[in-house]
Amino acid sequence: MALFGSIEWATAFMEAVNASKAYEDAAKTWEGDFYFIIEPGGAVKEPGYQYIDLWHGKCRKVDVVTTATKDKYKPEFVLSASVSTWRKVAEKKVDPIQAIVTRQLKLQGNMGKVMRAVKAAQELVNCVTQVKTEYPE
Amino acid sequence: MQFFGVPFTAFGDDSLQYLNTILGKRALIVTDKNIVKLGLIGLIGAELKQANIDYMVFDEVEPDPSIQTVMKSTAIAKDYKPDWIIGVGGGSSMDTSKSTLVCYAANITPLDMSPSDFYNLRATAKLICIPTTSGTGSEATWAIVLTDTENERKVGLGSYETLPDIAILDPRMVMSMPPQITGDTGMDALCHAIEGYVATWRSIFTDGPGLVAIKVVFENLKKAFDNGKDEDARKMMMYAASMAGTSFGNGMAGLGHSTGHAIGGLFHMPHGRAVGLYLPYTMEYMVNGSEEAKARYAVIARFCNIAQGDDKSCALKLIAAVRDLAKNVGQPLAVKDTNIKRDAYMKAMPGLVDRAVNEAMTIAVTRVPDAEELEKMFVCAYDGKPCDF
Repeated sequence: MALFGSIEWATAFMEAVNASKAYEDAAKTWEGDFYFIIEPGGAVKEPGYQYIDLWHGKCRKVDVVTTATKDKYKPEFVLSASVSTWRKVAEKKVDPIQAIVTRQLKLQGNMGKVMRAVKAAQELVNCVTQVKTEYPE
Repeated sequence: MQFFGVPFTAFGDDSLQYLNTILGKRALIVTDKNIVKLGLIGLIGAELKQANIDYMVFDEVEPDPSIQTVMKSTAIAKDYKPDWIIGVGGGSSMDTSKSTLVCYAANITPLDMSPSDFYNLRATAKLICIPTTSGTGSEATWAIVLTDTENERKVGLGSYETLPDIAILDPRMVMSMPPQITGDTGMDALCHAIEGYVATWRSIFTDGPGLVAIKVVFENLKKAFDNGKDEDARKMMMYAASMAGTSFGNGMAGLGHSTGHAIGGLFHMPHGRAVGLYLPYTMEYMVNGSEEAKARYAVIARFCNIAQGDDKSCALKLIAAVRDLAKNVGQPLAVKDTNIKRDAYMKAMPGLVDRAVNEAMTIAVTRVPDAEELEKMFVCAYDGKPCDF
């Protein structure tokens, strides 16, 4: 069991992505890195930054940084939400695109590019479901 | 959390008069040359004059408007500084007007638009949409479809701030629609309403307008197609299209749209004709593997007095009714009935599938197809064979 937002979780997620043929097929032309930000609230006192670099169907790198070190990366996309929203997405209670559209999941970056990769987004969520996750709630 | 938004709607005879009650200084009308030629902009201009609002017309919107066209209209808006943007036309003009508002007021490019961002657009300008076709429902939604000409792909964009402030449904605006466009756009309305009613993003708020819109389309589309002077049928189709927009715009469309967008991007088939063509095939696919969709189709069939009985027979009769209506309003029932050659279609198959797989509409259904199933659906739709899988 890995704590969502920890480097252990990010590493397990990277392994799940790199083992997924479905994600590889769906994201074969995808080039773009992300910050997945966990917003403060409840048990989360400080924002958490997970850096995920996705490239041509693979995850090239993951990292976890803090508010003090967040300038280490300048990702193309930033997705931020409360831990409860991340959990709803991860547990497929809400579709990630629907979560973006209803502003539960806040996206910074080229929306058009994301909307052309909905299958990859869906497969990414399938990869999340492969990671046994504990949520800091 | 889900949202439900609708514009303030003025509808009925002479509803353009609502324009002479608005407050402002300048309006930019976004439209196409044909609408200007038909004299419809004159009707709008007369009302704006009464409200002491100056206006300027941008009439360069093309079918399947491009990002470049939006950049042109935005440049004009930045120079003219309107406090109202008025989209007049079909989906192309209205979607261009929505994009123009965002790019002008937020000073961004169309692809930078995100539903996550807050732009405070109303501090700069407000938006009115006035449809001249009865299908797109764009006047009732925040959704925008532009064409990325470089990649021959339709791009779905939008922000909750692109929901028009005001929609005006004046029957005078649709009376001159030729039969072919009446048929094409009417099938778009039907597709929005049926797909919105079964989409996974639907809600109790979208069910009512969707269901009523379907019934009204079945009762009035053929009448409006056969006799364009039938004012009642025209009026009812105009209202149905807007209600269908309210339904799918607050929920989502489905596979008819994701497959229709794919062929629209690659072969430039008119939007309504394309989504209407694929609709029955995609409904068959849903019936074959989704109890939920089958039950929802059956509710529609019963509500519209198309059939009574068990879910499967009702759902299949609804699909047959969709095909009958399409046939009766001059629609091709298979891709082979269009001018698209089989070789070209099959050669384009990877692109068609790739586009359809990556549409948000493809994942907002109760049975999500994979690439292989989408390809089979595209083949069935070409040959006019039922989807039996």
